[in-house]
Amino acid sequence: MSGLPAPTDAKTPIRAIPVRHWGQQVSGVIVLAALVAFIYAVATNENLDWSIIAANLFGPTILSGLWVTISLTVLSLIIGAALGVTVAVMRLSPNRVLNSVAGGYIWAFRGTPVLVQLLLWFNLALFFPRLGLGEFSLDTNTVITAFVAALLGLGLNEGAYMAEIVRGGILSVDHGQSEAAMALGMRRRSTMFKIVLPQAMRVIIPPMGNELITMLKMTSLVTVIAAPDLLNRAQVISSRNFYIFELLIVASIWYLALTTISTLIQMRLEKRFARGVAGVAPRRRRILLNLKPGRVTSPVITPGDRPVVYAKGGAGS
Amino acid sequence: MSAPMVTAENVHKSFGHVEVLKGIDLEVRTGQVFCVLGPSGSGKSTLLRCINHLERIDAGRLSVDGQLVGYRERSGKLYELNENEVADQRRDIGMVFQRFNLFAHMTALQNVMLAPMDVRRLPKAEVREHAMQLLGRVGLADQAQKYPSQLSGGQQQRVAIARALAMKPKLMLFDEPTSALDPELVGEVLDVMRDLAASGMTMIVVTHEIAFAREVGDHLVFMDSGVVVEQGAPRDVLSNPQHKRTQTFLSKVL
Repeated sequence: MSGLPAPTDAKTPIRAIPVRHWGQQVSGVIVLAALVAFIYAVATNENLDWSIIAANLFGPTILSGLWVTISLTVLSLIIGAALGVTVAVMRLSPNRVLNSVAGGYIWAFRGTPVLVQLLLWFNLALFFPRLGLGEFSLDTNTVITAFVAALLGLGLNEGAYMAEIVRGGILSVDHGQSEAAMALGMRRRSTMFKIVLPQAMRVIIPPMGNELITMLKMTSLVTVIAAPDLLNRAQVISSRNFYIFELLIVASIWYLALTTISTLIQMRLEKRFARGVAGVAPRRRRILLNLKPGRVTSPVITPGDRPVVYAKGGAGS
Repeated sequence: MSAPMVTAENVHKSFGHVEVLKGIDLEVRTGQVFCVLGPSGSGKSTLLRCINHLERIDAGRLSVDGQLVGYRERSGKLYELNENEVADQRRDIGMVFQRFNLFAHMTALQNVMLAPMDVRRLPKAEVREHAMQLLGRVGLADQAQKYPSQLSGGQQQRVAIARALAMKPKLMLFDEPTSALDPELVGEVLDVMRDLAASGMTMIVVTHEIAFAREVGDHLVFMDSGVVVEQGAPRDVLSNPQHKRTQTFLSKVL
């Protein structure tokens, strides 16, 4: 041991006193103390009846509301995605009629609050008392139930946002790709569905996770039109027993649980799609397979990939 | 003299206020290897893109195999072709791009198979057999299952050539096919093109590869600022340029 260490000693780990983060340690203690105080205050609060929360958390009324919330979320997202792809393709079409219709739709549905849209759908009977023509018409109120109004409001609103996400995805695909397809004599439709959209999925899928989380929370708005969702069911119970705060907590616990699962899904999606373009196709196939209900793991796993559960989180009940 | 494959008469094209083609007259004969040389911005790529109607010409006449590109002429009047008719015209014209433009989400084999199945509606087994043949011809039969990102630039460009050939085109357009390649990969692509030329394919090649033009080309056009400055047999134009601009350009690249 003398003088400078030989270059071969480079493997020896460095022994040094690490930087002390005093600020972090002190503030950590303060935050922890505040948290403990808050939990104590909540747990010992005589105004809060924990047994009510426990009794209702898995009660049949709440679970039926939970089911409505989940199905509203999933169905609205499906409607939104289908509309979004259609409108995005229309928006990018050289056909001026299609283009303007798409632009008008996005303008109207993104430009008004979703709450107002829900109320408009629910009150459609005031405007069109009957739907259909002549003999083939139905009373609007029998067609547009609270659930249908909720679905229309959320789905059509979502479609407008989704259209912009899909449009962004389509524009992210190198123009050379569609040019190559055109040069081969492929028609616009084939080019869009076989070349552009599959590659746009890489950009479209991750923000869809975000939309899922937003949609879960947005469904609580349907309470105003008395659709029997989670929040509405919680309020129905509290209107009978007057435990308002307890039932809001029950609803919050379920919303938090659902958004947590969605966040996990979103993180997985982002991780997968953040990787390079290499092997986009097999990965896309894997994800589509994983998105099938009940599908647990991917069929093609390269070393280092871990199996991922996708569908159970969003569709489980 | 063989029949003309491409005829351009007084072709003009502008992008906004910039006139890129200022009256081009050309004739490409069937079976010819027609090389286009010129500095960047001279309009040579635009000319190539006009031939398969990726760009629309503003004035003049441009026809491929006796058919007007993008228009139909009936009793002295021109009718614009609709999108699908333009697509149908492009089926018989292969194009190879500078940046390859292979479909990134498909394997080499899928890239080659797509258009014959989608456009020509040929049965899959037949298309696959032909595609494998073509990949063999460009020396990539063993890379058929690879994705473009797993292939070198030279390999990607060879797949792109096979993809264009899969449509059995009567004319092939090459838009600087070796300009995006590392120097050591240029040779393998030129070899494939040389082979294709020997098989009698009509080819229009926009290139900076002087040696290729001299050796393989039947006819050479030198373009600058949207006009054809001079043309003739490659050997003559390259070793004895008549025009000052050609001389200046060649002195820089040779």
